[in-house]
Order: sequence, then C-alpha cells, then structure tokens
Amino acid sequence: MTFATFDMIEPEATTPRNDQFAAVLLRVANARDRAAFTVLFDHFAPRLKSFMMRKGSNAEQAEDLVQETMIAMWSKAAMFSTDRGSVSTWVFTIARNLRIDRLRREKSQLYTDLEDFDAPDLAASAHDVLGRSQEDNHVSQALAQIPVEQRELLILSFVEDVPQSEIALKLGIPLGTVKSRMRLGYQRLRKLLETMT
Amino acid sequence: MKINHHLDDVTILAFAAGTLGEAHGIVAASHISLCADCRANLRAAESLGGGVLAGQQVEAVTDLCRAATLASLDVALASKPAAVTKTELPPALFRALNGQSLSDVKWKKKAPGIAMFDVPMEKNSKTHLKLLSVAYGRALPEHGHGGDELTLVLKGSYNDHMGHFAAGDVADLDQDVEHQPTVDSREDCVCVVAFEAPTKFKSIWARLAQPFIGI
Repeated sequence: MTFATFDMIEPEATTPRNDQFAAVLLRVANARDRAAFTVLFDHFAPRLKSFMMRKGSNAEQAEDLVQETMIAMWSKAAMFSTDRGSVSTWVFTIARNLRIDRLRREKSQLYTDLEDFDAPDLAASAHDVLGRSQEDNHVSQALAQIPVEQRELLILSFVEDVPQSEIALKLGIPLGTVKSRMRLGYQRLRKLLETMT
Repeated sequence: MKINHHLDDVTILAFAAGTLGEAHGIVAASHISLCADCRANLRAAESLGGGVLAGQQVEAVTDLCRAATLASLDVALASKPAAVTKTELPPALFRALNGQSLSDVKWKKKAPGIAMFDVPMEKNSKTHLKLLSVAYGRALPEHGHGGDELTLVLKGSYNDHMGHFAAGDVADLDQDVEHQPTVDSREDCVCVVAFEAPTKFKSIWARLAQPFIGI
C-alpha cells in the first residue's frame, strides 16, 4: 500500500489543512479508495482514541469507538459535504453520536434528525462563518487568541463528558461564572473567525 | 415561523458536546429543528468540537484495531440518508411522545384552565419533561427555578417580563431567573418544558398549590 498519490499530505503536520482531508474523503466516497481511507485512519484514529480516553473510556473501549467511527466514515463518506464544515467537525459529530448510543439510551437520533433540516441556508449569518470554516487551524488559532480562562472552559466542555454544572463543581467556580466565561469566549471566537475568512 | 427567542449559546455548546440532559436535549433539538439561526449556531459549536478533536494529542492505536477496521470495510455497507418523516411536531418531540399528537396524550387537569402531561423519560434521567396547556388569561404562579429550565412554545403565546413568546420561541432560563408567564393568545398556549428539579414556588399560596399543580 502506498501513499504516493497523497504526497500533498504531511502525516506529521499538527495543524492539517482540512480541505486536503476533504479531497481524500472524496476519493473514499467516489472510488471506495482504501489507500485514501488508511490516510484518514492514520490521522484521525489516534486523535479519536485520545479524545475518548479523555472522556473516561479505557484504551479498549476507546479503540472500539475508534473502530466504529472509522467504519461509519467509510460507510457515510458520500454524505459528507464541505458546506457543513471541516472533515474534523464531521468526524467529531459521528464519534459524539456513536458515543451517545453506546453510553446512554438517550438517542443520537436527536442529532441525526436535525441533519434532515440542513438544507444550505442562503442567508449566511455571522454564525455561519464558523460553521463553514474549512480549516481547523482557524479554530485553534482563534482559540489561542481568547483569554485563557475562557479557552480552557470551552475546550473542557467538549473534552469532559459531563454537564457544565459538574465542570463548575470540579473547578470550584460558580456555574454562573462558568457560563458567562463560556458565552464570552464563544462570542469572541466567532468574531475572530469572521476576520479569518 | 418568525422566531424571536433563541437558545442560549451555552445551551447550544452543551448540545453540540453531547452533554445536555435528556429532557433539555429534546427541547433544544425541537427548537433547533424550527430555527435556522440556532441550526447555524449548532454547526458553529460543532466546528469548535471538530477543532478540539483536531487539537488532541495522539494516542497510538494498536495494530489489532487498525487491522480489524480495515478488514471490516468489505462488509460495511454504504449508508444512505434516512428517509425524512414529516411530522406535525418537531421530530425530537414526536419521538419522545412515541408518535402521539398533542390531542392524543392523556392530559391531566391540574387547575381551572391548566392541564399537564408528564412525558416519560429514561429511568435514571435527572431531568423531567412536561407538556403544559394553559388557557387564555391564565397566569402560572410566579416561581424561582430549581435548575436550568427550557420552555418551547408549541401553540398559542404568552407574555412575561422578558417579552412575548409565540410558537417556536424558546425561553432558556438559568436557575436564578424568575418569571410569571400569562397566556395572551385566544387559543390555549401549549408548551413543552424541560427542568431539572421541581421548581419552588414563591408565595405561600403558590407553595400550597405546588403539590396540586405539580410543576
């Protein structure tokens, strides 16, 4: 198996340009290209595993979810659209839904139902800019520019698998403060991303 | 549908992260299915999730996991988008009610002009979901909230100090917000409410009425 056709991708790059992953995903969708799939696997699987372990799964459970997520990427590749954001965002939503199905009876159907409503909106609002951001390095650049206490809370809220009230308890900060910091950080993040596109 | 009251950003973030409680998730998803602005906001929050995933340290995956995944590809079927079911209610609520319509559910009269229905949640759910039907001119007793409360108007409308709430609008309230909604539509105002703990009524009258009214 060779990666020769994907020499534009640098496997070591820490801030990959996701339009390149979108191109690779397109090869999976259109040509059922296994070599392209292994490029996606080698990039996303180690990050997914680490993400799941941060959420409290042990290595074995994390790998089960990695495997399910990657197989879902293979099966659903044709349903990916760059209108909806980066490949990382798409992978994040697949993994989130599978994790919810695994851990709770509460259904990921809540999220998949909403996909039906996602005909592209013609009036691109300010909110949309982040939604359509193709490159995750924009998100990480923007995160780097907001105050550290806001950044950490935003990241924690996605990394920890607990409600905001438990994050507040863990940090010993009032819930109201946690929420107002998250709101401020999220609003700043969106403003910054508008200037990047 | 013109929507004037939206989900709070922190509610959207929790929904995107998958950490909103069961009842609140159903109300949030119901509103999002009606509201293009909140759909765009959800996509934005999910992009942040994608950025957080992309920024994770790498944790080496075993050869076994890699080989097993690659070996499964031949039998993994290509998925097609699921057929869209048209429902009168938002899909999330439609499913929570097991396909019953608002007129099918077994409403319980709680006071003149006030009826409720408890939507069954999972056994271990820490959140509750209620349908509430209130007649024109009726006010709900003023109450402080025991936790985060999400109210989506399905029919009719009400007024409180935060404004006018009509079908599609959502009131996304922190635990320290108090309000006293009064129905201002000729038809009954039907809402779906997600809450964490039983709310505490303020006045003595209301405290006495609480077990009776049951909200």
